[in-house]
Amino acid sequence: MGFAFWLDPTFRLVAVGSALIGAVGGVLGTFALLRRQSLLGDAMSHAALPGIVLAFLLAGSRDLPLLLAGASLSAWLGALLVVLITHRSRIRPDAALGLVLSVFFGFGIVLLTVAQRQPTAAQAGLERFLFGQAAMMLRRDVEGIALATVLILVVVLLLWKEFKVLAFDPAFAAAIGLPVMALDVLLTTLIVLAIALGLHAVGVVLMSAVLVAPAAAARQWTHRLERMVILAGGFGALSGVLGTLLSSWIGRLPTGPMIALCASGIALFSLLFAPHRGLIWTAKSPGGKRDAGPSG
Amino acid sequence: MLAPQVEIMLVAALAGAACALPGVFLFLRRMALVGDAISHAILFGIVVTFLIVRDLRSPWLLIGAAGTGVLTAVAVDALRRTGRVKEDAALGLVFPALFSLGVVGIARGVGNIHLDLDAVLLGELAFAPFDRLIWGGWDLGPRGAWVMGGLLLLNLTLILVFYKEWTLSTFDPDLAEIFGFRPAVLHYLLMGMTALTVVAAFDVAGVVLVVAMLVVPPATAALLTDRLAHMLGLSVLLGLGIALGGYGLAYALDLSIAGSMATVGGILFVLVFLGAPGQGLIAQARQAARQRQHLAQQMLVIHLLSHEGTEAEYEENCLKTLPLHLRWDPAFAAQVIQRAERVGWVVREGELLRLTEAGRRAAREIIGSNGGMIPLSR
Repeated sequence: MGFAFWLDPTFRLVAVGSALIGAVGGVLGTFALLRRQSLLGDAMSHAALPGIVLAFLLAGSRDLPLLLAGASLSAWLGALLVVLITHRSRIRPDAALGLVLSVFFGFGIVLLTVAQRQPTAAQAGLERFLFGQAAMMLRRDVEGIALATVLILVVVLLLWKEFKVLAFDPAFAAAIGLPVMALDVLLTTLIVLAIALGLHAVGVVLMSAVLVAPAAAARQWTHRLERMVILAGGFGALSGVLGTLLSSWIGRLPTGPMIALCASGIALFSLLFAPHRGLIWTAKSPGGKRDAGPSG
Repeated sequence: MLAPQVEIMLVAALAGAACALPGVFLFLRRMALVGDAISHAILFGIVVTFLIVRDLRSPWLLIGAAGTGVLTAVAVDALRRTGRVKEDAALGLVFPALFSLGVVGIARGVGNIHLDLDAVLLGELAFAPFDRLIWGGWDLGPRGAWVMGGLLLLNLTLILVFYKEWTLSTFDPDLAEIFGFRPAVLHYLLMGMTALTVVAAFDVAGVVLVVAMLVVPPATAALLTDRLAHMLGLSVLLGLGIALGGYGLAYALDLSIAGSMATVGGILFVLVFLGAPGQGLIAQARQAARQRQHLAQQMLVIHLLSHEGTEAEYEENCLKTLPLHLRWDPAFAAQVIQRAERVGWVVREGELLRLTEAGRRAAREIIGSNGGMIPLSR
């Protein structure tokens, strides 16, 4: 076995791509976590189904960029509905996400039954499109991921203050005249973009892990947003590299789930051992639980 | 024996009602996505059980899945109760980890046998009439109807017995603890009941229907009522309605049954979201318009009062210049003046608008309630 795989260009490509997805997931996941929208990744990846099937029905082929465009568009529409529902009714983010997830996915299934009436066999396994394979990453994919990563990070940096206020106190943000709904739409759009990146590379369920686990881990180590975002990005990137490493090292292990498991492991470690907030730490110090501060 | 169509509707309606009940409590506890989380997490239990029994049709798979469902619910709650992460993050930490373990288990343990293990519990409503409960030679109808009917009864009984406790521990867990209600035990009972219902319904009706029925009826009911008891009743009714309406759509257009039900649920929610009395978007817009009108009329009488009897009265209180001075759109101003006339606050005198005695009193009252300050009207 040895360490020869470091030199393998395929391995390095997958590792770099996974690290970038992990980093973006960590950064954006931090905001999602603070806004109680951790499951946005899960909901949006289900909401992508009707877009995929519609793109197929309209084009009549399984052209990859086209299906991706359909998926992103439909996930984005779902995300907008989540923003609208939470802003304009008493329904909280979790239920709004659940509504969009179940209805969009159900509608996608309805469209699938329509697609199955097509005379061609090309519709077979359209839903499988949602379960990506990181090992299949191409150079072109990684370049696209890198470009989107830079774009997302630049927007987050430019709107840092606005996003910060939005994450901690949306009522205050509205009071000082920030366009809360527009910012919310922008932030959600960025998250959808990240999901679209990760969807094909690591798959649906694993994209949720990349959005939640690094951010939840980072939250245990610090109370400051700056540090939390950097830590979460780092944890995400680390999970990406570690997961790729393990899957090519041990063999017969799919990359996506290994990335998710690495992220979960980091989160578990942080929940237990992080100073001040970790469960082991607080169990040992008297009155420790009080030091832990608020959750989320 | 009933017609297959009737049997499918019966199974779907029972499944919908059985899921809608725990769905209400999940909605109130910010855990609406538990159904979806369990649907992914059970892969772990199915894979582990399969690796032991090596039989895809073994009833143990269902038990393994149900066990994982309860494990998911309990783990999520334990995580949330540590206070280190919120409900949504707790869900998002637990189910991807279990799902990943399941996928790894398939890759390592099952290998190239290549089984769609994640499809083991994907029940399909269209096949519900073929799976019959036969007892002592008697055909008692579709098994799914008995399973879901039994769970509906169980859920109803539990909710009736623990109504007070669950209500309090949902809305105010701290107070419930002070009363000695043991919210943890109550919560695990609720989560256990949810997990059992969800996994059984996956087997009978499929994931799509279950996740929709857990979320859509409670969220829709929440827009229509404030009371928990009404919400529970309304959710069950909505669950039934969605099941029947969805089946009608699927039957008419030959579409996926569960998918049609989720779609009908979505349509129903949108209608209520727009049209609900009090909370719907339309009612909100009308209320906002009414408040704008109300405020404008108050501004009008105060403006008239502050210039009444002054030199500038003909300049300020003139029908033509009012919109300009109050910075109103002329059409809006005309509407406001017309309504003020109708309630008897103002009368026209040629081009001049004059306050009536009632209007003067109203204006003074408004100013009085503003602490005697005369608001700047220009």
